Formats: sequence, C-alpha cells, structure tokens
Amino acid sequence: MTEITKLKNIASQVRRDIIRQTHGASSGHPGGSLGCADLLTALFFKIMDHDPSFNMSGKDEDLFFLSNGHISPVFYSVLARSGYFPIEELATFRKINSRLQGHPATHEKLPGIRIASGSLGQGISVALGTALSKRLDNDNKFIYVLTGDGELQEGQVWEAIMFAAHYKVTNLIAIVDWNGQQIDGSNDDVMSLGDLPAKWKAFGWTVLEMDGHNFEDILATVQNAKEKSVEGKPVVILMKTDMGKGVDFMEGTHAWHGKAPNDEQKEIALAQLEETLGDY
Amino acid sequence: MIQEITFTEKKATRDGFGAGLLEAGKRNPEVVALCADLIGSLKMQHFIKEFPDRFFQVGIAEANMMGIAAGLSIGGKIPFTGTFANFSTGRVYDQIRQSIAYSHKNVKICASHAGLTLGEDGATHQILEDIGMMKMLPGMTVINPCDYNQTKAATIAIADYSGPVYLRFGRPSWPVFIPEDQKFEIGKALTLSEGTDISIFATGHMVWQSVEAAKILDKEGISVELINIHTIKPLDNNAILNSVAKTKCAVSAEEHQVNGGLGESIASLLSRNTPAPIEIVAVNDSFGESGKPAQLLDKYGLGVNDIVAAAKKALSRK
Repeated sequence: MTEITKLKNIASQVRRDIIRQTHGASSGHPGGSLGCADLLTALFFKIMDHDPSFNMSGKDEDLFFLSNGHISPVFYSVLARSGYFPIEELATFRKINSRLQGHPATHEKLPGIRIASGSLGQGISVALGTALSKRLDNDNKFIYVLTGDGELQEGQVWEAIMFAAHYKVTNLIAIVDWNGQQIDGSNDDVMSLGDLPAKWKAFGWTVLEMDGHNFEDILATVQNAKEKSVEGKPVVILMKTDMGKGVDFMEGTHAWHGKAPNDEQKEIALAQLEETLGDY
Repeated sequence: MIQEITFTEKKATRDGFGAGLLEAGKRNPEVVALCADLIGSLKMQHFIKEFPDRFFQVGIAEANMMGIAAGLSIGGKIPFTGTFANFSTGRVYDQIRQSIAYSHKNVKICASHAGLTLGEDGATHQILEDIGMMKMLPGMTVINPCDYNQTKAATIAIADYSGPVYLRFGRPSWPVFIPEDQKFEIGKALTLSEGTDISIFATGHMVWQSVEAAKILDKEGISVELINIHTIKPLDNNAILNSVAKTKCAVSAEEHQVNGGLGESIASLLSRNTPAPIEIVAVNDSFGESGKPAQLLDKYGLGVNDIVAAAKKALSRK
C-alpha cells in the first residue's frame, strides 16, 4: 500500500469518527471537521514528529494548535487514532463527565490538548508563544497552527500576524482553512476577507496555497513551507478546502457548520465513507 | 503598636515590581517578561537590561500579549506580562479566561496604574473593577500589595508559585512601611497591629490610609486590629474570622468598586460564618476623574477620615 493510500484510508476513518461523534452527541461541528480531516491526518500520521505519551511542554516535538476549536471532532479523532487516548473515548464526545469537551480544553486533562480554544482568534498568539519558548530552548522542532478563515475577522489575529513578522518567527507554520464559509453564510456575504494572500504578504509573511484534499499537495506544500522558513519570514499556507468534504449532502455549504446528522443522515453519510480502521 | 508604624521614604509600588522582576529573573532562568509598550511605566527596564533575550516587546496589542504568554508557559517558561491594570484585565478578559485561567497556565499578569491614584489621566485609565473581574475567574490568584517592599516580595514569590496570578499595583509614590525582609506568603494575611475593638482589613494603597486612620482611632481610645489582606484570592478566611471573633465588627478598605471587591469577599465570608457588622470603604458604583491622588481619594470616599468614620459606624452597629 502506498503512503498516500494509507493516509486516504486513515482520513476515511477519521471522517467516520466525525460523523459518529457529532451524531452521538446530537451536536457539534461536522462541516469544518470534515474539511480539515485530510490536513490533520497528514500532520498526525506523516508530517509531525510527535509523542502520543504526551507531556505538556512538548520539548523536542512538533506541536499542533487548533485555533478554531469548534472542529474538535477531527482533532479528537486524530489524537485517539494516534494513541493519545483510547479510541472508545470518542463515544463520550460532548457528554457529561467526558474529557472530550465541546471545544478542546486542558481542564479535564485530555492528552494531546495544550490549550483551550473555541473563543476565536487566540490560537496563533498561543502558538507564537510556544514557538518563542522553543527558540529560547534551542529546540528546532516546528509549531503548526490551524485557524479558520472566518476567524481572521478577529482583530487579535492581525496583532499576532504582525508580531510573527517582527520577531521573524520561522519555526511556526500557520494554516488557514480557506473554505470561504462561516456560520451565517459565505465569508464574502458576512464580512469579506478581501485579497487574503495580499493581506498576509503585506504583513510580512511568505504565502503558500494548497489543495487541502490532495495529500500529494499537502505533503509537498508543508515541506516547502519548512524550507521557505529559512528565508527569515513566517510562512502561512492558505488551504483550499470544501466544508463537509466526503459527505455529498454536507459539501460546499455552511448549513452543516454546527449541525449534527440525525439517524438517517448518519447512515447516508457513513455509506459514503469506508470503514478502514474499525469504528469505536 | 499602631503608633510605631512609620515610614522613612516614599516609593512607587510599580518600582517594587521592577525590582522584584529583576530579582525573579536572576533566581530563575525560566522567567520571561512581555510588555505592551509601557516599559518605563512598568519599570521593566532593569529586567530588560539584564536579560534582553528573555524580554518580548509586543507593541500596543494586549490581547496578543496574553496569548503569547500562555504559549510561552506551555513550553515551561514563567511569563510576566506588563501593562496598565485597565489593559491587563477588561481589555483582555476573554483571552485571560480561555487561554490562561481555564487552561490553567502559569502566567503572571502584572498590572500597574490601578485605581484612582493613577491621578491626572482620569477615569479612562483608573480601573476600579479589575479585582472583581479577576477574582471571579476559577483558579486565579489575586494579589494587591501595599508598598514598594511588599510589591517586590510578592513579585518574587509569584514566580515560585505555579498557576495564574493577577498582581495589581500602582503609579504614585507611597509610604514604604513594610520591612524589607518581611516574608511574603501568598494567601496569608499580615497583621500589622493587634487590637480588640474593631478589625480593619485593608489592601493596596489603602493599607497606609488605614494605618493613619488606626492611629487616630487609637488616640481616641479605640483599639484597632489592622490586618493587611494582600491576597484577595485565595482569601485568608481564618485570619479574618479569628480577628472578627475577637473584635465583633469590621471595616474593609480598598481602591476599587464596592461591587466585586475585597469588602464583598469579606462580607460574604462573615455572613456565611459569624455575621458581624462590616463597613466597606471603596468607590460607590462610580467612575473616577482627573486630579491628584490624595484629592481623588478624599472625593471618592477613600480618605483617612472616611476610614475613621466607617470604623465608628461599624462600632456603633455592634
């Protein structure tokens, strides 16, 4: 089996986990989760050098931060499937006494989570702080931070973007889930992001674009980002995705941003996603 | 003896923070500092001169500063953020709530120019709600030291404590009366003078105001037990309850709104345990204004005479 096929198989199972978690909780955010399933699969199963035995400081490891915390189902799935916690625990998503809170949290001490997120706009700042900590410790590993595109409407994000260029933070790679959708509609209808590549460039970043559903492109672009970082500018990858990717009736619409599938919809969705690693 | 408490010089509590930060940095290489374009006001230049690589100027971007501090703590650093109290709390409340308090990060939020004694800059900058906001956050430690020496000692002490802390201090020169070698224990009240008729619980700049008030009361034959509550959360319940068990009445004094302040914490504690009359000396649901610190304290009911009057009222309610 080729490496790409392996990643595709894992991503299919991750998407099943997303559907089953949100269905089981009768709540949650399947659309953005499905859209980022390929990226997180690539990061956790190929790109990042990380340790599922988990220690908070993450010294000498690549680290991932999820700023758009509402897509927690995809984060929980790749963490569980990488061995951070038992896969069966995915069944507790959003339920009482669970470590799998609606939005990621450290409070219940779920391995793999280093910061709470959900209130948008804060993740790049946090990731920058940990990147600076690695720099102070002469730790050469990378920090990856994923943010939504609608999230870029938060002012704090641009404070962080300005800071990263000023301090030449090159051990951090920011990735924007550029699906063009947010809760109330398309970015263009709600609050246009304008010329997004030009905005990042104007703030002093190297801007790359990639197809978030093409593993060859994901692997090559992230590698390119790491190599570009030696030029002294922080690197952002604007990642084109389809919200709801992999489930036909959820694709390309904001309707499934924060809505869980019912029993019938779950079955239709799962029929489109091969069970490759065994459901929890 | 209350009459023996005197001061030899006046220094700002923010200078105590600057000195304490330098010392904390010398003691622990993991201590790092961040500032949002107020190095001089926060007296952080001493730390920066000694440890330039461990300091991050973030510009006028307080929200980003709180997030970066949280991230630095993930990597094992002990970040101290510095800006005015106004911009350390209300402006960044959600960042503190999610990225620091809820995530239980080892960040020290250091806040200068708190309260009315900021003076001429006026109400936009005179935050009087910060203690309330910060004490409501689960797991947040809230400290408001009273003079230069106590602020320096507190700054050093919080570096050794693991968990989020809000350290509040101020702008003006203020009497220095706590001994330089006085140990600072987080959460442990400091009894400045023992007495039997009334307990006065004071924090921050209002401790010196309370010393002066206690001297006046003492001369009138009223025996004051003056207790410095430098840590508003966690509150030293035992010290407060034990004192009021003896005196049967209390006054609190703080440079903050009545709503959400130290006085409310003490009143709540007393009413749930041993109810006793308490008078709260604090700003009464009002914004401040421009003026000299002493003028402002008098105008907004935080003068020495206000504490004396509050004590007499509490005594009359026994």
